Amino acid sequence: MSIKYSEDHEWVDVKGDDLVVIGITDFAQEQLGDLVYVELPEVGDECTRGDNISVIESVKAASDLVAPVSGSIVEVNSQLEDEPETVTEDSMGEGWFIKVKLSNPEELDDLMDEEAYNSFIEE
Amino acid sequence: MTVGSEIRTTPFHKMHVDAGAKMVPFAGYEMPVSYPLGIIKEHSHTREKAGLFDVSHMGQIKLSGEHAMSALESLVPVDIIDLPLMKTRYALFTSENGGVMDDLMVTNLGDNSLFLVVNAACKDSDYDHLQNHLGSSCDIELYDDLALLALQGPKAANVLSELVPSVKEMAFMTAKQVMINDIDCFITRSGYTGEDGFEISVSAQDAESLASIMLASDEVEWIGLGARDSLRLEAGLSLYGHELDTSHSPVESSLNWALSKVRRLGGEREGNYLGDKIILNQLENGSETKVVGLLPEGRMPVRDGVIIQDDNGNQVGYVTSGGFGPTLNKPISIARLESKFTNSQSKLFALVREKKIAVEAVKLPFVKHNYYRG
Repeated sequence: MSIKYSEDHEWVDVKGDDLVVIGITDFAQEQLGDLVYVELPEVGDECTRGDNISVIESVKAASDLVAPVSGSIVEVNSQLEDEPETVTEDSMGEGWFIKVKLSNPEELDDLMDEEAYNSFIEE
Repeated sequence: MTVGSEIRTTPFHKMHVDAGAKMVPFAGYEMPVSYPLGIIKEHSHTREKAGLFDVSHMGQIKLSGEHAMSALESLVPVDIIDLPLMKTRYALFTSENGGVMDDLMVTNLGDNSLFLVVNAACKDSDYDHLQNHLGSSCDIELYDDLALLALQGPKAANVLSELVPSVKEMAFMTAKQVMINDIDCFITRSGYTGEDGFEISVSAQDAESLASIMLASDEVEWIGLGARDSLRLEAGLSLYGHELDTSHSPVESSLNWALSKVRRLGGEREGNYLGDKIILNQLENGSETKVVGLLPEGRMPVRDGVIIQDDNGNQVGYVTSGGFGPTLNKPISIARLESKFTNSQSKLFALVREKKIAVEAVKLPFVKHNYYRG
């Protein structure tokens, strides 16, 4: 399908059937620097757009992963708990965070496409 | 730099930008927090080879006058009068209430002159403090035309002695004036990483040339402030504003080792510095709080400001510095705790985002110091 982007520097890969994969963008990963800890939500947790759903810690600081969409969490990438560096190495692929079953698919319309996101981070 | 902004730059600024550094404001300066290598690799590079740090933001002060050495003793709980020629000593400016105004390095240059290196954020207040107390008897100069480089790591001595063979046998905490390719350098064997290494004071105009000479070695990489912090954290070295502040004495910050014997009770020159009664009393009778290392269970970093509780849920302290120790590959912290909880038998917990994480109080440092004692 297509990849959408949030202003909080997350990517949302729309897989169909209201299922999306969420991670952080390469830009975000570069800004954070080396990651040392990722705290993931539980499978089955519900999230509302704007909730802090995960904590990403670099050597320097802790940041929140903000839910770019609402829904229920159906899978988490537990590999990140032991190997947070996966995000640094492959933020758009192996370094995904969670899979969410959307409760309000229309929220996807509020996200940016790649072109819009690229101009957003240029600013 | 925008017009009217007060942010300052060091003589290495262009080199940092050219090297791809991420620049951040720090203590009024735009400083490199990391380079493209990244904090963890920069950290490991310093532990294994040699890291080059721009620490030109720090204050470099010369104190001179017939009574400069005894004068400085009135502001620090440290033996300065007997500091041998070209030896360096760690000291603390204390306040009337026994707190710490700054920590510093003092070198005896001879001819009644002392060279001080103080923290960037404190340098203007340190200068005022020196002027207020010693201005009538000493000349005090805060240099604004000097740069400061630190070369740190097990290969630092090899790298530098290829340029100046005489530095090889310098012992930890000694100083030397040398020439490196016609550049005048004032070198101390010291640092802030726990590794062997040097700090090199050089004129601003020669700064870039000197850095280029060192970077020509395959062993040397620029290292940013991010790794400087994780290195000093592993080495258990205090950071002003974290482990040290005006509300806590050197004893409360576990710096008893820095308080010279001759300045203690019964010593030849006992007391006679700001806050002496409070500090000497704590040295005899102990203090209510101490600074210790903490090892958190699991992988989650426990950062400064986090509350530490006993197993009844009472607050017994707080984290002063915390993060991740790349050499240990796990989270490490330093905390101020009530003294009775500083032994490792205490069951302690850190409260991070409403989660209770078991932490163990441990002795500092986390990573053994690797100084060259000669």
